[in-house]
Amino acid sequence: MEDHSTNNNNSRRDFLQKVGLIASGTVMGGAAMFAGFKFETSKKKESRIKALTAEHQLIEVEAEGHSHPVEDMLTELQLQGREGIPDKRWVMVIDLAKCRNARQCMKACQGAHELRPEQHHINVLQMQDSENTAPYFMPKPCQHCDNPPCVSVCPVDATFKRPDGIVLIDNERCIGCRFCVAACPYSARIFHWNEPLKEQEYKENKSKYSQMIAEGKQEEAKELEKKVTYDVELNVPQRRGTISKCLFSADRLRVGQMPYCVSACPNGVYYFGDENEDAVTNGTTKQTVRLSGLLRDNAGYRLMEELGTKPRVYYLPPKNRLFPFPEETLITNEHHS
Amino acid sequence: MENHFTLEQQKESLHKITSDLIKPIGINRSFHLWMGFLTLALLGCLYAYYLQLRDGLGVAGIRDYVSWGMYIANFVFFVASSLIGMLITAVLGLSGAKWISPIARISEIIAIGFAAIAGLVIVSDMGRPERLINVFIYGRIQSPILWDVTVVTTYVLISLILLYLPLIPDLAMLSRNQTLPKWLRKAYELLSINWKGTASQYEILHKAIKIMAILIIPVALAIHTVTSWLFASTARVGWDSTIFGPYFVTGAFVAGTGFLIIAMYFFRKNYKLHDYITELHFDKIGKILVLVSLVYLYFNINEFLVPGYKMKSHEAVHLRELMAGNHAWLFWGVQIFGLILPIVLLLFKKMRKPLPMFIISIFIVIGSWFKRYLIVVPTQEHPFLPIQNVPDNFIYYQPTLIEGLITMASFILVLMIVTILSKVFPIIPIWETAHEKGIHEPEKLS
Repeated sequence: MEDHSTNNNNSRRDFLQKVGLIASGTVMGGAAMFAGFKFETSKKKESRIKALTAEHQLIEVEAEGHSHPVEDMLTELQLQGREGIPDKRWVMVIDLAKCRNARQCMKACQGAHELRPEQHHINVLQMQDSENTAPYFMPKPCQHCDNPPCVSVCPVDATFKRPDGIVLIDNERCIGCRFCVAACPYSARIFHWNEPLKEQEYKENKSKYSQMIAEGKQEEAKELEKKVTYDVELNVPQRRGTISKCLFSADRLRVGQMPYCVSACPNGVYYFGDENEDAVTNGTTKQTVRLSGLLRDNAGYRLMEELGTKPRVYYLPPKNRLFPFPEETLITNEHHS
Repeated sequence: MENHFTLEQQKESLHKITSDLIKPIGINRSFHLWMGFLTLALLGCLYAYYLQLRDGLGVAGIRDYVSWGMYIANFVFFVASSLIGMLITAVLGLSGAKWISPIARISEIIAIGFAAIAGLVIVSDMGRPERLINVFIYGRIQSPILWDVTVVTTYVLISLILLYLPLIPDLAMLSRNQTLPKWLRKAYELLSINWKGTASQYEILHKAIKIMAILIIPVALAIHTVTSWLFASTARVGWDSTIFGPYFVTGAFVAGTGFLIIAMYFFRKNYKLHDYITELHFDKIGKILVLVSLVYLYFNINEFLVPGYKMKSHEAVHLRELMAGNHAWLFWGVQIFGLILPIVLLLFKKMRKPLPMFIISIFIVIGSWFKRYLIVVPTQEHPFLPIQNVPDNFIYYQPTLIEGLITMASFILVLMIVTILSKVFPIIPIWETAHEKGIHEPEKLS
């Protein structure tokens, strides 16, 4: 291959010289091409490296962009956060018949994601579809749409769809334009208008951390690094001027646990699992059932199917509700259309 | 009528034109006072922006449900107002309307002012303005924001060229004018890129202006169509409309024409240009305002009557809120005083005089601003799912003083741009005015 390319170079050079006599403009273009070719061939010798793929194949790749190992925890978390969890298609089923507005899901969620009381990743809504139909409680997380309008409109790829179905946000990149808020038909997104709840604590830890680094206490610093580093799968620490929303507890899924809301529910409302396995597990009873069977037998449905967003959250209709709707909480849905 | 004047008459006429149009140029006492006032006001408004940077976007009234408020409405309004440049120079200019030459530069200056500041207005709405660079590093072509950034930038550039090209002969003339300070003359000379006023130069100039005027039409249509898509690309009630593009564009012509009339009135009075911006110009531009307002009214009827006939449940809540609910006063005020009454009044010749038109235009412009507010805000107060478990200020949008001041800053900046440009360049093209008076090669005379 080396010989071949040298020959190529020589013939190219001859050719270029002839052309150069005819028109100087052409020479300049040709010379640029020649230089480019030279550069490419020289690069082949030095700047290509061998790498082992996940499928145990040895391949040769351009060193540029690949040769640097991940430098810090933030980049590592961001990369892993974008890749998702291999071979999974996460799905949630919410059984409206069982919800009695205990709000343990909201509490667990707000605790884990360091949210203020008015900030909801999951919000239990009191619904009544029309005058003569029954009222019911409807927990509403992000629907993790397969055709997410929020992701389409994001100008900087800060919010993205992972192969495992989860829609996440990288708050180290978000510019705070709130186009995603406008685009989401489920009102799933919130914004940090002011200082996030634990901003002060985070700032203190951060300065403690830099002090430790300065003093050379690497071991202790390592512990604290986890606390001060932004985890894209937990969206903590929350950042002022950026978006937050339900993450299907991607951090818990990574360690093989159920989402915060699912585990916290005392009434067996939530099922969570993997569509690829066709299995979902109830967060309260820990019973695992077939997803397809559960949806078929209970006439499962998705919110606003007509919008074509293809949510990954299914609802089971509020039929034979286990808890009566308290008379005094009957609401008029004046704030929605 | 051309060439019927003697050389002497032509010289005299040119002298009058030149001295009349150059008179406003230069920095005088009232300029100092005006700019000083604007600067002070701007500093106050910038303090409000400092507070927003320090404490976060929470200092504005926007919250999780109505998350786009006054800033976005104002952005839409600015983009809208900037379209006047294209309407006058391109649409009317290319259709051969000669009478526009004294107001073409004014409209171009207005266009540049609003389009350039629109970019800043959108930054004031960002939660993380310091990350603006991310739009260029990580920009995704799927997002209408990227389209907007691209076309607005292009529009500002083409508008600058369209302001500059017809300025070149004037700049050369100004560089020879002994009454102006030396440094200014030097600057004009530099900018006039060796203009001699030969026939071939004029030919090239005319060609170049024509090409730019053609180019600006699709770009201008694009800036406001894309701006409307920021809304129409979502599934939200009130925004999910297929006519949003033309609806916005025609509305833009109304707002822009309003600003043009205000500017015409102001420059005519303060720069003493009664001989150049005449009652005829007001009459004609008044007719144009009626035309664009009628088209806009037509789109309004489509936008509200068609969903109103069906009253689909989500649309019904939105329409009731607008027409009989919380926003009814504003909605009907805008429609009646900002659109219907101006149309009716301007049908009468008596109303198409400078002062009445100036007053009507103020109503048009205010109506246009609130119209954008009504397009942006109410939709977000009625999402598909109910707003629950949040404080009251999340439910209804209530603009704050800080928000108002930051919005004010954008207007002050436009005024500054228009003031400065109208002080360093003749607001009416000298050479074009000379041409119309039959003086074909003004360079040879002076």
